[in-house]
Parts: sequence; structure tokens; C-alpha cells
Amino acid sequence: MNWHVVIDNMPILAKGALLTLELTAGAVAIGVVIGLFMALARLSKRKVARAGAIAYIDFFRGTPLLVQIFLVYFGIPMLLQWQTMPDNYQYTAGILAMGLNSGAYIAEIFRAGIQSIDRGQSEAARSLGMTQAQALRYVILPQAFKRTIPPLGNEFIALLKDSSLLSIIAIQELFYTGKIIVGRTYQPLPMYMAVALYYLVMTQLIAQWVAYMERRLGKNDLR
Amino acid sequence: MIFVKNLHKSYGKLEVLKGIDCHIREKEVVVVIGPSGSGKSTFLRCLNKLEEPTRGEIIVDGIPLNSEVNVNTIRREVGMVFQRFNLFPHMTAIQNIVLAPEVVRKTNKDEARKIGMELLAKVGLFDKADEYPDRLSGGQQQRVAIARALAMKPKIMLFDETTSALDPEMVGEVLSVMKDLAREGMTMVVVTHEMGFAREVGDRVIFMDEGIIMEEGEPNEVFANPKNPRTQAFLSKIL
Repeated sequence: MNWHVVIDNMPILAKGALLTLELTAGAVAIGVVIGLFMALARLSKRKVARAGAIAYIDFFRGTPLLVQIFLVYFGIPMLLQWQTMPDNYQYTAGILAMGLNSGAYIAEIFRAGIQSIDRGQSEAARSLGMTQAQALRYVILPQAFKRTIPPLGNEFIALLKDSSLLSIIAIQELFYTGKIIVGRTYQPLPMYMAVALYYLVMTQLIAQWVAYMERRLGKNDLR
Repeated sequence: MIFVKNLHKSYGKLEVLKGIDCHIREKEVVVVIGPSGSGKSTFLRCLNKLEEPTRGEIIVDGIPLNSEVNVNTIRREVGMVFQRFNLFPHMTAIQNIVLAPEVVRKTNKDEARKIGMELLAKVGLFDKADEYPDRLSGGQQQRVAIARALAMKPKIMLFDETTSALDPEMVGEVLSVMKDLAREGMTMVVVTHEMGFAREVGDRVIFMDEGIIMEEGEPNEVFANPKNPRTQAFLSKIL
């Protein structure tokens, strides 16, 4: 076994890890926006909004991410009848697919958070003349958001790990990079262990950040 | 000021209000009493549409409660204080108070804060302005909740068993704030089990049971000479 391979390839792996982080960050941004929107639609009084949100969540939670990645990567160009794929389209497609997917999970996280807030809170807000939107914005969501931090942390970690699936559309993220190096050096054990370690460090970083946020936001909430 | 006509409210098959008619005049303090499950809280919550009536008509300050716009207009004019306080736990006492004036009435920040501090002084909590609800006792929280409702400068105040969740030694401080309000001429509808309060500040007592108004009248009259047998039975149990 040749551990020098790992040392020699550390910088290249780091580059892959950085791309993994970027892809995850992009997906998280999209996922949080979609998630909030879908959670509100899911809780709406309007039947159409509710049905739409349920259909969205069911689809993206009920089908494999891998299939969704292919659907976006190959499906959108076909749908829009592009003659050629734009440069670097795989990155856009990859982030979009992951964002759409995590949006479904984050929607459910936000919904649970909103529903966990005591009804008296919204009654108090409404009794003061606030509209439903104002009650949400100033009273419900700030409290709900605090409670969603732990499950959101889980989701971000899962998303970071799932980003390895993007190797299938030739995005040179961490796993893809490792695979390429293995193909060149025939040293799967040390290389994949190094890859795993890189993932572990990144997921630990997210876990630490989540714990920090929880402590910081929780300091005024003794219950 | 408040007209209620033939108000009905059902939850599924359970009929909680079975036709309430009532008129509450300006500056009147009406105390609603009755056994638990008699529908008195539901009646109160219909007055600002926290509950949707099944049938009937409610007109508050000349505005019928029949559209979303009207309901929001009315809620600005009608303050409500809850049994379980419902302060916003992520905000300090003063932030709880200034939120609605700033957001709903678009009062500027300095003005809202000035009014808020005056109200905190009025309920005896000037020095607790920057405390979070968790750091306040139940009685203090309830007084902040009253100040929060008053910050909207309501014409009517609704009190829903505001002392029922309090430790006995804290009931007095909340009642005294309510008495001050009554003396200042606030129109009030008060659901309570505090018969002393009803007798002292109530202009009228309404006794409810099984979803209807069984008896109403001047507190002294109702307490001394209840006419309805239900009222007699209820009062004999608690007095």
C-alpha cells in the first residue's frame, strides 16, 4: 500500500472538496428558498397551493436523487430544445437538481417547525391586528426557525454527502477526483480513505456550526 | 358598541353557542361568568373572530365582522388578553409592546417606544422593559400582555380568564391593573371566575350556561337575588 499517493494528491483532493462545498452551498441556498415557499404553501388555506406543495414534496422525496440529477441534466436541454449544451452546464444542473431535492426535505422541516409553535402565538399576533403575513414574519418564523436548526443541520450534512452523486455527470467534486486518482494510481484503499476523511472533516464543520448557531440563538430561550 | 345577534358556534356536532344576543355599550364593563364548558370563552373569542361563528351577526364599533378586511380593522380596535399570556418569547417586554404599533399602525420607533414605556410604567413594570418573558413571573407577564394590547390604543378590551393561570398571590396585581382600566372608562368584556372583581367593577354580569345567556343584570342584583335556578346553583357553589 502506498500512502505517498495520498500526500501527493492532497492539493487536488482539496480542490475537489472545495467544489463539493460550493455545490452544497448552492443547493442549500436554493433548497431553503424552495423549502420555505413550499412549507407555507403546504400550510396554506388554499387547496391548490396545498395540493401543489404536496405533489412537489412527494415527487422529490419519493424518487431517487440520482434519477432527478439525470432528469435535470438531460431533461432540461431536451425540453428547451437546445442544440448544444452550454459550457459548464453540468454545474448548473447539478446544483439545481440537489436544490430541488433538498427543497422537499427542507419544506417538511420548516412545516414541522411552524406547526410546533403554540397556536396562542398566532392568536396573540392576529388579535393585535397583524395580517397573517405579518404574524408569520415577526412572530412565528423567528421562533420556528430556531427549532428547525438541528434538523436543518442533518439535511445539510446529508446534502453534502449526496453531492458525491454529481460525479455521475462528470462534475469534478471530491469523490470524482478521488476516483480519477485511483484510476491513475491503482491505490483504492488509501485514496478512498482520504476521500472519506475529507468528507468527515466537512460534515464535522457543519455539525459544529449548527451547534454554535443553536447555542447562540437559544440563549434567550430557557424553555 | 358591540352588537351580537343570534350567535351560534358549533365544532362538528358539538354546539357550543346556541344563540347569543347581546349589546355592549360604550364604557361598559361586562363580566361574563359561568361554569367551564358553558361557552363563555368561545363567545369572547367570536367577538374578534378568533373563532369563526357558525351563524349569526356581530357588529363592533359600527363595522360588521363579515370580511377579512373588516376583521383586521376591528382587531386593531379590540385588544385581547389571554389566559396563558401568549407573550412573544423571542422578544423583550418592550419589544412585545411596540411590535404591533410599529407594524400595524406604522407608528415610528421612538414614538412607539415612548408609548410602550409609559404603558409599562402604568402596569408597574417600567424597570422590566428589557427582560425576556421567561425572566418574568406570571403576574408580570400578564401585565406586559395587557400593556401590549393597550399599545394599539383599543376602544374595547377583551379579557379571557386572565387570572386563571396565575398563582394566587399574583392575581391581585393583574386585577388591579384591570380595575384601573375600568375606572378610566375602557369598554371591557371580562370572562372571569373572580366574583369579587365582577361585583366591584362590573356594570353588568352575564351568566352563561350550556351555550346561552341564562341571566344578566347588575352585579349586586344577580349575586344577591339570582332568578334563574342555574344561576342560583352556580353561585351557591362558588360563593
